[in-house]
Amino acid sequence: MKPLQKHACPASYTGVIALAGNPNVGKSTVFNALTGLHQHTGNWPGKTVAVAVGSFSIEKERYKLVDLPGTYSLLPHSQEEEIARDYILSGQADAVVAVCDATCLERNLILVLHLLSVTDRVVVCLNLMDEAKRKGIGVDTEKLSHLLGVPVVGVTARRKRTLAPLLTAIRTVSSRAKGDPVPEVGLAETEEAAAALVSQAEEIAEAATSFRSADYARRDRRLDRILTGRPWGYIIMTALLVFLLWLTIKGANVPSRILSDTLFKVGDALAALLVRWQTPAWLRGALIDGVYTVLAWVVSVMLPPMAIFFPLFTLLEDIGYMPRIAFNLDRPFHRCSACGKQALTMAMGFGCNAAGVTGCRIIDSPREKLLAILTNSFVPCNGRFPILLALITMFFVTGSALGSAVMLTGFLLLGIGATFLATKLLSATVLRGEASSFTLELPPYRKPQLGQILVRSVLDRTLFVLGRAAAVAAPAGLVLWILANCPIADKNVLQLCAEALEPLGRLMGMDGVILLAFILGWPANETVIPIMLMIYLSQGRLSDGASAAQIRQILLENGWDWSTALSTALFTILHWPCSTTLLTIHRETKSVKWTLLAAALPTVFGGGICIAMHLVLSAAGL
Amino acid sequence: MTEMKERIRLHELPPGKSACIEAMNGRPGIKRRLIDVGFTPGAAIRCLYRSVAGDPTAYWIRGTVIALRAEDAAGITVRTAEEGSE
Repeated sequence: MKPLQKHACPASYTGVIALAGNPNVGKSTVFNALTGLHQHTGNWPGKTVAVAVGSFSIEKERYKLVDLPGTYSLLPHSQEEEIARDYILSGQADAVVAVCDATCLERNLILVLHLLSVTDRVVVCLNLMDEAKRKGIGVDTEKLSHLLGVPVVGVTARRKRTLAPLLTAIRTVSSRAKGDPVPEVGLAETEEAAAALVSQAEEIAEAATSFRSADYARRDRRLDRILTGRPWGYIIMTALLVFLLWLTIKGANVPSRILSDTLFKVGDALAALLVRWQTPAWLRGALIDGVYTVLAWVVSVMLPPMAIFFPLFTLLEDIGYMPRIAFNLDRPFHRCSACGKQALTMAMGFGCNAAGVTGCRIIDSPREKLLAILTNSFVPCNGRFPILLALITMFFVTGSALGSAVMLTGFLLLGIGATFLATKLLSATVLRGEASSFTLELPPYRKPQLGQILVRSVLDRTLFVLGRAAAVAAPAGLVLWILANCPIADKNVLQLCAEALEPLGRLMGMDGVILLAFILGWPANETVIPIMLMIYLSQGRLSDGASAAQIRQILLENGWDWSTALSTALFTILHWPCSTTLLTIHRETKSVKWTLLAAALPTVFGGGICIAMHLVLSAAGL
Repeated sequence: MTEMKERIRLHELPPGKSACIEAMNGRPGIKRRLIDVGFTPGAAIRCLYRSVAGDPTAYWIRGTVIALRAEDAAGITVRTAEEGSE
């Protein structure tokens, strides 16, 4: 399943092809259809940002395919548009495939004309021909090709068969000898030049397109009026969140248990095997009780919910609901002097905060981008869902998936509320400034491509995130086991640390062990609960199978009650971002100062809330 | 019908009404961005609906839907079209 690396040597390519296009025109679909599984870098979060690279063949000749971020023109307004512009102007590509949405050719042609002003090695790929046909829009590709002076092919990227003419055109254009005269139009830098291209696009589109009905987008408008209008806009958004979480919880329940049972049985078998081979007890302990147990926990707790949540999430992206969320939430973000697109990066954060931080490149203004980056970890990611879920099912709602989903939604809404608060706070202090301009396209609703959703979300998201968590969990398990089994004055290192943290933990309504688990769980939050249990059990050994009831028993024996669980849940949502996220923040901001602020901000929020709650509860005698 | 036409700023165009863009003013940054997505003088535009919170507003332009905040739409002068569809 791993991406093929054997074409890594550039010398083996016949040519390099770049995919360019407006956002939301199905560029990723064309990319996936051409490359299949031959992708060197995953698409996460490539649907929105970053460059994905893959390869494909035309009659035994291999081509490298570069999927550029979506852009409207060659005068960049955002960082990701800059990436696209720079790549095209660098002349690295032997041909640029301009992917266009056949259902809104006019606007798409603007970019095509921009491209043609700097290179003539362009193939126009009219995607979504089936949708255009359904909407009664006809495009005369021959006429269009004649008017533009470059090959134009109509495709329906979700049906691979339709791509054959595209391959032929790519081959023709890319094999043309370099050094052909390049049009001397030059980049449209002035507003006048840009406006002239728009008029030209209008004329060409008018000549090449025919509409059977002027009202082809009626269904979309009706849907929009419900999904983004009063009174349903916010209600549907919240209900969808509950539904998504309910499906995830309900669906993950049984597979999680089966996985856990199986993995722990395998663990026992492995332990027995090691005994038979007469390996020393310390090695057995380190490998099985340390590495294997933590790994098994992370896999069984994380894999099923992710394998359900990510495809559902991708489905919403695919249908076109995500921009509607940004449309609905722009007003509150605007009030915080931020950008509505922060709603999108926040939604990405629910999947993975590191991905959400990278996704902030879609925000044009540097100040607003920074706001989005610094507050991204205020919403809990997939690695933190399981902690919240475990706490909910053990201490608050037992046996009802819907009840758990509602409570989990409550926690998520709390995270969203904290996001607004922190954004407002930042833009009133260190990131002061006016809200910049905001343009957001609401693309047509699309029929989802279920097969592709499943493959891509499992390959690019689920396995990616799980792999990263596992890579951290395995060594973490080893280190923990060693710490838990190295006695200093008849106590182990972990217990000593936990004792040192006890006063602070108590003040926050938790205890030293919980706080220590959060600190040790820094590389991967998924490991927080297993770490806690290891320290409580002090032997560094998780009981087999570790069912919710058993874990609850262990926690109760160690002085937990509902308020401990609540504090822990709040701190789960609001504490320092995981190491991967912080590294990503540093990469994106190139600043230690902002990275430290990104770590401090949620920690102060969470710590403050926990302490306040503890003081109130103590005063109330609860 | 021509006397029905009036010159207003885009954010004053009520949902359901169509207009023709007359002039692009506004800050340079946003102006160029708007031109790139198709907002140029002469273009037909229609106000579709406002977001659940009352702002931003979705506009139909050149076969696509673009949402703008009131303060950004205020930089665009339009001439309203005579009463047409809807």
